[in-house]
Amino acid sequence: MASVTMTVNGKSVTATIDPRMLLSSFLREHLRLTGTHVGCDTSQCGACVVHVDGRAIKSCTALAISLDGAQVTTIEGLAADGHLHPMQEAFREHHGLQCGFCTPGMIMSAVDIVNRKGAMLDEHTIREELEGNICRCTGYHNIVKAVAAGAQAMAATKVAAE
Amino acid sequence: MSATGIGAPVRRTEDFRFITGKGQYTDDINRAGQAHAYFLRSPHAHAEIVKIDASKAKAMDGVIAILTGDDLAADKIGGLICGWMIHNKDGSPMRAGGHPALAQGKVRYVGDHVAVIIAETYQQAKDAAEAIDVTYKTLSAVADIDSALKKGAPVVHDVAPDNTVFNWHLGDKAATDAAFAKAKQITKLDLINNRLVPNPMEPRAAVGDYDAGTGVFTLHTTSQNPHVARLVLSAFIGIAPEHKLRVIAPDVGGGFGSKIFIYAEETVCVWASKKVGRPVKWTSDRTEAFLSDAHGRDHVTHAEMALDDKGRILGLRVNTKANLGAYLSTFSSSVPTYLYAPLLSGQYNIPAIYCEVDAVYTNTAPVDAYRGAGRPEATFVIERLVEVAARERGEDPALFRRKNFVTQFPHQTPVIMAYDVGNYSASLDKAMDMADVKNFGKRKKDSERNGKLRGLGYSAYIEACGIAPSQAVGSLGAGVGLWESAEVRVNPVGTVEVLTGSHSHGQGHETTFAQLVSDRLGIPLDQVAIVHGDTDKVQFGMGTYGSRSGAVGMSAIAQALDKVIAKGKKVAAYALEAAEGDIDFKDGRFSVKGTDKSLAFGEVALQAYIAHKFSGQQLEPGLKETAFYDPTNFTFPAGVHICEVEIDPDTGVTRIDRWTAVDDFGVVINPMIVEGQVHGGIAQGVGQALLEGAHYNKDGQLVTASYMDYTMPRADDLPSFAVGMTSTPCPSNPLGIKGCGEAGAIAAPPAVINAITDALGHENISMPATPQRVWQAAQQSQRKLAAE
Repeated sequence: MASVTMTVNGKSVTATIDPRMLLSSFLREHLRLTGTHVGCDTSQCGACVVHVDGRAIKSCTALAISLDGAQVTTIEGLAADGHLHPMQEAFREHHGLQCGFCTPGMIMSAVDIVNRKGAMLDEHTIREELEGNICRCTGYHNIVKAVAAGAQAMAATKVAAE
Repeated sequence: MSATGIGAPVRRTEDFRFITGKGQYTDDINRAGQAHAYFLRSPHAHAEIVKIDASKAKAMDGVIAILTGDDLAADKIGGLICGWMIHNKDGSPMRAGGHPALAQGKVRYVGDHVAVIIAETYQQAKDAAEAIDVTYKTLSAVADIDSALKKGAPVVHDVAPDNTVFNWHLGDKAATDAAFAKAKQITKLDLINNRLVPNPMEPRAAVGDYDAGTGVFTLHTTSQNPHVARLVLSAFIGIAPEHKLRVIAPDVGGGFGSKIFIYAEETVCVWASKKVGRPVKWTSDRTEAFLSDAHGRDHVTHAEMALDDKGRILGLRVNTKANLGAYLSTFSSSVPTYLYAPLLSGQYNIPAIYCEVDAVYTNTAPVDAYRGAGRPEATFVIERLVEVAARERGEDPALFRRKNFVTQFPHQTPVIMAYDVGNYSASLDKAMDMADVKNFGKRKKDSERNGKLRGLGYSAYIEACGIAPSQAVGSLGAGVGLWESAEVRVNPVGTVEVLTGSHSHGQGHETTFAQLVSDRLGIPLDQVAIVHGDTDKVQFGMGTYGSRSGAVGMSAIAQALDKVIAKGKKVAAYALEAAEGDIDFKDGRFSVKGTDKSLAFGEVALQAYIAHKFSGQQLEPGLKETAFYDPTNFTFPAGVHICEVEIDPDTGVTRIDRWTAVDDFGVVINPMIVEGQVHGGIAQGVGQALLEGAHYNKDGQLVTASYMDYTMPRADDLPSFAVGMTSTPCPSNPLGIKGCGEAGAIAAPPAVINAITDALGHENISMPATPQRVWQAAQQSQRKLAAE
């Protein structure tokens, strides 16, 4: 067993864990943050995507112990001050989800895409960038629309804040 | 149309919890004191279990119990069942081999359940599994249909010495032979419908919990039909009587058929929870899902079409061999029979059809319903045959289809189905217009200039949905009726809870069902709650599959709402001191005809509960009504999909350039949700056509057992889709709904393959049309061109 401390959704947490515990298990089982899902165990499907120090990673492929001192944001931490994140709103508005299981990872990846690529995303870019997230329900059609709209809404929110 | 009523693209009420990470899926549920289960699975496709030595594993840290098939037998727990009886041609019943939840003496596929390890943590259970010493006597395996049917092949079940589950047929053989005898053209095709793994993104999971104080078992499980699960676990497997067994299917992350079935794992978890005196939780990992979720499709078919000199279809002859895997899963026997052959007539007038199906045991995972279930297989047969027949005649495939379309309704096919209504030409016209077919030649030339091959493929599909009239399916072998139930509970303040036996695992019932209630009762959406997935709340129901929740589930709700309104009129009559016959109900108000006296729906609800205006002798207090709706016919959604592909002959990569779907689903409750269902279905159908294939090697090892080996469609494999609708309302249910959940998966595979073969100029390509296969086929095209 080993001790790890990290900041998850703005709160500092310390726990004694099995060194082989994955970040996804740490979030789900220790912190009961069950919005992060595990869909494939091989880093393919992206249902487990969270942000670590501002970058999207697949939490099923990171050892929790390796993230001592990290800042982690999960889907539960995305909405600020009781307001949905623009990307969350866009997924609802554009019917970018059906069963909802891949959705947290999709949204966390989508926010990361905008952070890396900016707000003006064409369809081709969005489809290529979503390569690491699998959805079995939507055929991606509405997810692509949601990401494009969410990207623009993120930019507008940023402008409004400035 | 109101902003929230029938036909409005209302944004989904369930979405908030999903986009904020607050969904409650089975693996998110934790019971106090729970232990964790891990299944030791067979590494062999076929073997006798000589000995299981768990002594070392039992002594390991955290291990609570290790249970095997002997323990199940000692507790007299029954095997898993197949709920649909199919009879052979000679009238004898199908040969169903035993299916214990934990193997008893023999394992029959890689992933078969040998033992369950229950420990304090999942990791401890998994570690202990590695320490169990199982002595196997391995046997030769049969991993595909051909090897299973060879003389002297290893026998999967002793009850079926030739590995044949049944040989079944449908249709009039003599009439079909006569049609072929007078044919001027006979088109023949050999087709493989590739084996698929359903792959909902949420892996299966179960939490069993026995309450020793009340003797009640609670099972949380990833199910599309928790009520049927309770019935089977109780009446057939014998876990507990129904009133002592509660089954809850909370948020479920996709099903596509694979979560209809009652599996070994949930059976074991709920049984073991009493055995160890602790809640027992199991969650599948993805490779376990590949190994042990029921797979789909896996047909080998030879099909022939007879035509007259004018190109009119005279007859259809189909011979199919269907792989059902190592055991008969819950509804497996119905899929290649009554969900398949009755759809072979497609949208066409075909006077004579004869279909034979041999179902085969192999040492592979069980095969059962996967999105479309039998209907995609039938559509692939008829739509490939029609396309090739048109090409052989040198006729435009759209015109050829139109010439053979059914145009008079009702239409009785020679294979059971009576099509009630449709307008197939309308869908074809609209699809051709949206797809800009008239400029296809120009686009093809442009592609050729760039060294690419371009092709266009049609698929004019029909499906039988709204499953199904109970008497009809009973006469065909179903062990259950396929009605649906609804209960509408009006609260004293006028808010409404609707309890439904349907189950939502992505379909958006919490929104669409509430739209119906809002529409009928004239109350806002946020005053309606849809309750499903808990056998303690909903009395009974048949669940969600076969595109039945709208046509059957909502029809039950509509009937219950009619009863609520009728009772409301009685209450309003007393409250407004008028005759019941003078009460109108409109836009949420009960009013006395010709007066300004009226009460809002909520006011009448309150009157019903306080019962001050009438005595209990005259009218029962309260406002709660129940309905069981049993459909009188299947529904027949139909449409035309057009796929246009561009192939790079140098790499074999097929790019879908445009996709047009025009579907007739009858009345649509929420077009946004319906279009989403179409998108998802197409993606799965394209997956089958281009990417997906479950592959066992000759020893029965599943080679494609993770997302690194089995190609799931990703965002960059697909285009955006152009989706249009036509509508002929279904006459057999009160809402006119036909169902939309499976259409895309049914329509898409032949559309893709017809487009690819159009581009290639020959028919030699099978699914999945991977770049390697397409490259080889393109080489053949070039040789053919050079020879010409």
